[in-house]
Amino acid sequence: MIEIENVTKVYQMGQVKVHALRGISLKIEQGEWVAIMGPSGSGKSTLMHLIGCLDTPTSGTYRLNGVEVSGMNENQLAVIRNLQIGFVFQTFNLLPRASALKQVILPMQYSRNGHRVADLAERQRRAREALEMVGLGDRLDHQPTELSGGQQQRVAIARALINAPPIIMTDEPTGNLDSKSGAEVMDILTRLHREKGITLVMVTHDEEIGALAERIVRVRDGQIMQEVRP
Amino acid sequence: MITDLLENVRVAWDGLTANKMRSTLTMLGVIIGVGAVISLLSIGEGAQMAITEQVTSIGSNLLFVTPGAYKRGPVQEQGGSANTLTWADAEAIATPGNVPDAVIVSPEFTQNTQVVFGNANINTKVTGVTPKYVNISKLQVARGRFIEEKDVNGRSNVAVLGYQAARDLFGGFDPVGQKIKVTLPGGNGGRVSLTVVGVMAEYGDSQLVKLDDIVLVPVTTAQTKIFDGRNGQGELIVTMVTVMAASEARIGAAQSQLNALLLRRHNIGPGEEADFSVMSLTDMLSMLSQLTSILTVFLSAIAAISLLVGGIGIMNIMLVSVTERTREIGTRKAVGARKVDVLIQFLLEAMVLSLLGGAIGILLGVGIAKLVDLAGVMNAVISPSSVLLATGFSLAVGLFFGIYPANRASSLNPIEALRYE
Repeated sequence: MIEIENVTKVYQMGQVKVHALRGISLKIEQGEWVAIMGPSGSGKSTLMHLIGCLDTPTSGTYRLNGVEVSGMNENQLAVIRNLQIGFVFQTFNLLPRASALKQVILPMQYSRNGHRVADLAERQRRAREALEMVGLGDRLDHQPTELSGGQQQRVAIARALINAPPIIMTDEPTGNLDSKSGAEVMDILTRLHREKGITLVMVTHDEEIGALAERIVRVRDGQIMQEVRP
Repeated sequence: MITDLLENVRVAWDGLTANKMRSTLTMLGVIIGVGAVISLLSIGEGAQMAITEQVTSIGSNLLFVTPGAYKRGPVQEQGGSANTLTWADAEAIATPGNVPDAVIVSPEFTQNTQVVFGNANINTKVTGVTPKYVNISKLQVARGRFIEEKDVNGRSNVAVLGYQAARDLFGGFDPVGQKIKVTLPGGNGGRVSLTVVGVMAEYGDSQLVKLDDIVLVPVTTAQTKIFDGRNGQGELIVTMVTVMAASEARIGAAQSQLNALLLRRHNIGPGEEADFSVMSLTDMLSMLSQLTSILTVFLSAIAAISLLVGGIGIMNIMLVSVTERTREIGTRKAVGARKVDVLIQFLLEAMVLSLLGGAIGILLGVGIAKLVDLAGVMNAVISPSSVLLATGFSLAVGLFFGIYPANRASSLNPIEALRYE
């Protein structure tokens, strides 16, 4: 599913070159649940951005479903993100002043060529279904300001699911939540992984959350230090 | 594609309505710009039409001979300060054979002064005329009689009042037979008493021709008894001679005959500047339209500047909006928005702003034009072309000033945009 080989990433920060990743190789199988852990500055976020196709590596190769994506341009990456990857961020990243239904419909608006659902009613139906799946069937018209943190994160999960991507990437999904709603969010993610066979890639430094994964990849100074199966 | 566009318009609309106050203020620039374009163009068009209408209603086969040369630039009022046109010139023009294409010749001597009856008192044009005046001016006698040959010859103290002058001085009473007093210029308080012998029918005043508040007297009375109608050489002078040509087609011929006659009489050789001018209505029209077109260019420039300012306002707000919504842009990109999707979204927002502003501006402009029209201040004609122009302009403003902020939004790096606090 995800095959990364000897990937490096170098940023130019003013006069200084920052080596965020120094030769990382990582394979993630379809249906796996992997936690990427490490202290801040370890490069785990950069790694997630590369896996999530938000960025491209400086060198090395990245094959997603057998397709080489490391040389793709911005638009090609956008299409991959739209169809293959769902994101769940720590800060939810919902659109301000849009209803839950509209938030979930958003990725469908950007789908093209054979993947687009032209019918607006059908888009709404699918969005409603996704929201029902995360337990928000009664909050369709609520705006982010009218939802609790846990509810907002569940809207984000519904949005990540809407185009049925094989991979969901999460970045500290419970970081901004109290333990109860955090647990609810983790329950939903666990269920999606088990029932739908979705590949989960989770960046976190929370050991408890990491322990839920099937494999933990520890990153430090831009390199993989350790891979364990809890 | 259409649903996407509609969706984008809806997204843009949502963004704008979320910040109603800011959007309204942003649009204000375009609203005022477009409103100004529409109302000014309408009024300009109306003025042009009114002028043309009025000038042609006077009669298109008339020539106006006035002292002093027509100088380029602003319109020179008839009978300026020059006193180079004499009564003898007028007689020469009227002499059969001198100007074969002239049918009627009407000399006049006009000055402004105070006219008094009882307590009523108006400052108006007192025009000394001959009986020919009534044939050339399209005025008609409503009551009494017009000035006759015997009044001119005898320098009689008689007057014929214009419709409005009669109303102002006499209210509803019949002025015929009453005596009015005309103040002599010079400030020594001298007055001449005149007997009203007739009242003219209503002409319908306009900006260009004001004949209803006129007071008509025999030309000789005006020249010698009321005003000082002599030049330095002691010759009697006139302020204008109106000549009616045989037909519209003979206007050109009559004009050159008049020019030749007066040049000869005034001893003006070729290459020298004439001390009189002979103008047809066509000349006056072209002069006026020159004036209105300068005015139109001027007004358009003002309108263009206000549209420009409006556009800069839109750009400014769009740039603020892009910065404010950096995270939103990052989110959109993360879920699969391509560069062009973001570009279109922000461009559409700018266009919705400018088009909506344009639409409101058109309504405002049409409203102002209608108001001006109804109030009778000026005629206003709303032409579809000016509405089209304004719409096109506001669209162009939206595109031009929206493209830079939209491009900036679409070029944002998704990772940095997501991190933006």
